[in-house]
Amino acid sequence: MICNVCGTKEATIHLTEVVSGQMAEVHICEQCAEEKGTDFKTYFNFGDFFTGFAGIGKLLETPGEKTAVACKSCGMTFEEFSKQGRLGCAQCYTAFHRQLEAVIKQVQRAGVHVGKKPSRIPKDVRRAHDLRQLQDRLRKCIQNEAFEEAARLRDEIRQIEDKNKRPRKTKND
Amino acid sequence: MTENGSSPAQSVNWLRATGPENDVVVSSRIRLARNLANYPFLIKMTPDQRIALIAEMEKAVRASSFLKKANMILTKEIGEIDRQFLLERYLISNALVREDGASAVVITPDEMVSLMMIEEDHLRLQVFQSGLNLAEAWRIADEIDMELEKSLSYAFDATLGYLTACPTNVGTGIRASCMLHLPSLVITKQIQKVLQALSKLNLAVRGLYGEGTQALGSFFQFSNQITLGQPETEIISNLEGVIKQVITHEREAREYLRKKRKTKMEDQVWRALGVLKSARLISSQEAIQLLSLVQTGVDTGIIEGRVTHRDLNQLFLWIQPGHLQKMHGSELSAADRDIQRADRIRTFFSKLLL
Repeated sequence: MICNVCGTKEATIHLTEVVSGQMAEVHICEQCAEEKGTDFKTYFNFGDFFTGFAGIGKLLETPGEKTAVACKSCGMTFEEFSKQGRLGCAQCYTAFHRQLEAVIKQVQRAGVHVGKKPSRIPKDVRRAHDLRQLQDRLRKCIQNEAFEEAARLRDEIRQIEDKNKRPRKTKND
Repeated sequence: MTENGSSPAQSVNWLRATGPENDVVVSSRIRLARNLANYPFLIKMTPDQRIALIAEMEKAVRASSFLKKANMILTKEIGEIDRQFLLERYLISNALVREDGASAVVITPDEMVSLMMIEEDHLRLQVFQSGLNLAEAWRIADEIDMELEKSLSYAFDATLGYLTACPTNVGTGIRASCMLHLPSLVITKQIQKVLQALSKLNLAVRGLYGEGTQALGSFFQFSNQITLGQPETEIISNLEGVIKQVITHEREAREYLRKKRKTKMEDQVWRALGVLKSARLISSQEAIQLLSLVQTGVDTGIIEGRVTHRDLNQLFLWIQPGHLQKMHGSELSAADRDIQRADRIRTFFSKLLL
């Protein structure tokens, strides 16, 4: 097998990764592996090496679309991010919200976190997270046809939403 | 502290082959990625911020009852060999080995928990268990995580969950993985079929040393790819469910080899032992492949009782470059390592008669 990087030498290192239902194989010769060592080791996670970066590249190529200039908090530009694949700070998620959404969607199944949360977070974040957890449980109950529990959850969600007084925008996700 | 507590000869707790399904699953690991809200991520950190962050995290570590006896090592204070040594024990990552700036690792005496500071993320907590035991690893990781967050404010978003430097890790920030030894599926050439069947499940399958290594010696690392949209327990039980099926397939393949290809297997295993017992020079790649065959011999009952999984796991570590050099007490060239490795292996098998 010939090396995927230089295309000349015999590949001795074979990487296989299964991502989103697709098996990706990369074959590299020792020399290229050594040269690219850092890249392959750090970014072996194909999720970002291929899917993520390819996605970013495409986003940047889309004609007529302007990407957010820079993160106000750390000064990172989107171009910088697309080269490095790593964000500069937590606020980058807000600054590059739209582009990141596309990147994340390619790797993840859903766009909303369910699971544990830190104990020390602002109240509004906690409330929003709790509500999401309930919505996720509701979705699962409906999937499993556990309608009694689903009805209970639906009422609970309504109650919380009413409590939050301010009219909430309904989102279909 | 420039020395880490573990001696090279010391066996690694989670490699003791005591956990469930340890004939197939070598070890389980849970890794959590966390960042603090009040610092930029790694690539935008100043040297001063790195030092301040380590100090802040150290305070949190000292307040944790779980990490009370843990040893903290500043990576700047240890040399190449020590870094390689810790890497081979999975206590630090490749990223930390190469790190020039301030970074650190906190390791418990039993080496079941390692907490990397300023890796790709501010915090990378790893918990290991022997065999298939992701649930226990998660329980411990969760507990330590909760202890630490008492004094640390994590970067967390109501929609995206725990925010990570790489956007593909957001959500739970969890990576659950298991190291599996699947020699019989490889020998019977069924491994591709199994891997293909897995391909729809959003799981990653990698080689022995995770980051960019091939499936050397029939060792495969299975881990979750999804971190967002599923709770931690679901991610873990999904992975565990898949691994249990793979275990069943591997055991069936072993049964087949034992019954239908007994002589051929015996031939291969004893030949492997022959080489291991007599080689004067051996690369780590060849050694791992042959040792994998010996382990298959143990699993299929060919050399049952004469060698144990635990001993083999230990030997797998001893023959790694960092361990060889650490035990030798100084740097060794690749050629010298091949000599030392062969020596060590011959000594290990000296009592075993062919």
